[in-house]
Amino acid sequence: MSWKKVAVPVAALIIFGFFWELLVWVNGWPNYKMASPSDLWPAFWKFRWLFLEYGWDTFWRTVAGLVLAVLCGVFLGMIMGLSRIMRDALYPLLVGFNAIPKATVVPIIALLFVGQHDMNTILIAFLISFFPIAVSVSIGLSTLEPEYRDILASLGASRFTIFWKIALPKTLPEFFGALKVAVTLAFIGTNLMEIVEPHGRGLGHLFDSGKISADYPLMFAVLIALALMGILLYYVVVAIEKVFAGWAERAPT
Amino acid sequence: MHRPLIDIKGVRHAYQTQSGPLQVLDGLQLSVPDGGFSAVVGPSGCGKSTLTRLIAGLMKPDDGEVWLNGDLVTGPKSIVGMAFQNPVMLEWRTILQNVMLPLEIVSTNMSKREKEDRALHLLALVGLEGFEDKRPSELSGGMRQRASLCRAIVHKPEVLILDEPFAALDAFTREDLWQTMHAVKAEEPFTGVLITHDLREAIFLSDEVVVLSGRPARTQYVMEVHLKGPRDIEHLYTPKSADALNILRHQIQIAQGRAPAEEAAQ
Ligand SMILES: Nc1ncnc2c1ncn2[C@@H]1O[C@H](COP(=O)(O)OP(=O)(O)O)[C@@H](O)[C@H]1O
Ligand SMILES: [Mg+2]
Repeated sequence: MSWKKVAVPVAALIIFGFFWELLVWVNGWPNYKMASPSDLWPAFWKFRWLFLEYGWDTFWRTVAGLVLAVLCGVFLGMIMGLSRIMRDALYPLLVGFNAIPKATVVPIIALLFVGQHDMNTILIAFLISFFPIAVSVSIGLSTLEPEYRDILASLGASRFTIFWKIALPKTLPEFFGALKVAVTLAFIGTNLMEIVEPHGRGLGHLFDSGKISADYPLMFAVLIALALMGILLYYVVVAIEKVFAGWAERAPT
Repeated sequence: MHRPLIDIKGVRHAYQTQSGPLQVLDGLQLSVPDGGFSAVVGPSGCGKSTLTRLIAGLMKPDDGEVWLNGDLVTGPKSIVGMAFQNPVMLEWRTILQNVMLPLEIVSTNMSKREKEDRALHLLALVGLEGFEDKRPSELSGGMRQRASLCRAIVHKPEVLILDEPFAALDAFTREDLWQTMHAVKAEEPFTGVLITHDLREAIFLSDEVVVLSGRPARTQYVMEVHLKGPRDIEHLYTPKSADALNILRHQIQIAQGRAPAEEAAQ
């Protein structure tokens, strides 16, 4: 059964690539309008070392930003979920902050810490992705039915025990749902910064060089590389979710 | 004189709400002898759940005292077991692990093996043999309530508080669970308070039915149940039971303000 799990999405990818190629060929689009899959491979091969090096840059910065987002998001979510006052105080702030388009924050950060490429990129990845985590954890904690708390509280269990044994595991499905959204957002953040910052590194920078030198297949190749990386990270999260929150999955009926 | 195991002396409690304090309990009296089982009935919203939270020590009364087994209640105590209308289960644990949860909080000198045997024994007692490794999501509402009952008594509480545990079940399942309750009572030595809005359930399960007045709740009427020991559903259809149910129904109407109180003077 498990080979199907791999074969089906791979087949879908191949079919997708085929129709893409067909679309470009039928319309006779030149490269600068839309590159076709068959143009991408040469671009990958030509810049293979840059792809490896910059791909790694983008990858670890995104993961670092995500880790920060998880730590801060869970912490903020805990504070807001367990204390009404803190929720009332922090929520408008967070919503307002989240409403600011991150593209406008990028140049501010870039000017604030000139030349700190790694830090700037991680910061943006973090800023753009911690919000859904904070919100989901706080909602998960604050909507805990009182009976859950009372089962243990009536036995004299401490607040920490109740949090650890009930509130935390109960929130895990919501947390992972938000983390899947955050993964994608973090990639957007990383690339925003990499594209905007001069003398940068990472796939965003490679995209930018492709643009400057009018190498359209390279630009498309970067997009594909980013998509692949996004898929990879997404499924890493899914795998972790299976281990820690697999119980929330309904058995197929 | 025989000392009551649960003794509630004139408790008063008000909630602070946006439109000022809401008086919920006003000088409520209730005592249950050791090994006894009292049913508490009253109009919806009169303060029954509040009463259970005061007995469990989850809240402090504004005034009055709650005594359990000779000790003044000042906070939660592990001699209490609780089950609610909503039989909440930890979905990430098996039924057995759910039932064993209180044993992770209450310190006992039982070994891991003994704890497991105790939980398995209770599951068998309520008819859930073979379900110990299932997840809660695989159980029906009635089965979850059975498991929730096991969890409430697994640590051998002296006081069992049941807050409308059967209210959400269909009539047939409910009657099955009444029988199960008698089976459990025959083996486990707790003293119980059962909140219910089902008068037949009250006389079927308890030794004494306490009717609370409408909010703010005070003790309006106490009836000693004519049935003794384990019972059969047929016992609910005797003339004596019909009389008892009629009296209780009338008392509820008084509590709801739908019948004049003078008639109640007996
Ligand atoms: N935490 C609370 N804050 C304010 N009012 C409450 C709170 N809990 C219950 N109440 C109110 O107190 C009254 C009694 O509630 P409760 O004890 O749950 O009644 P019952 O269980 O008899 O239906 C109800 O009117 C309810 O709305
Ligand atoms: Mg209630």
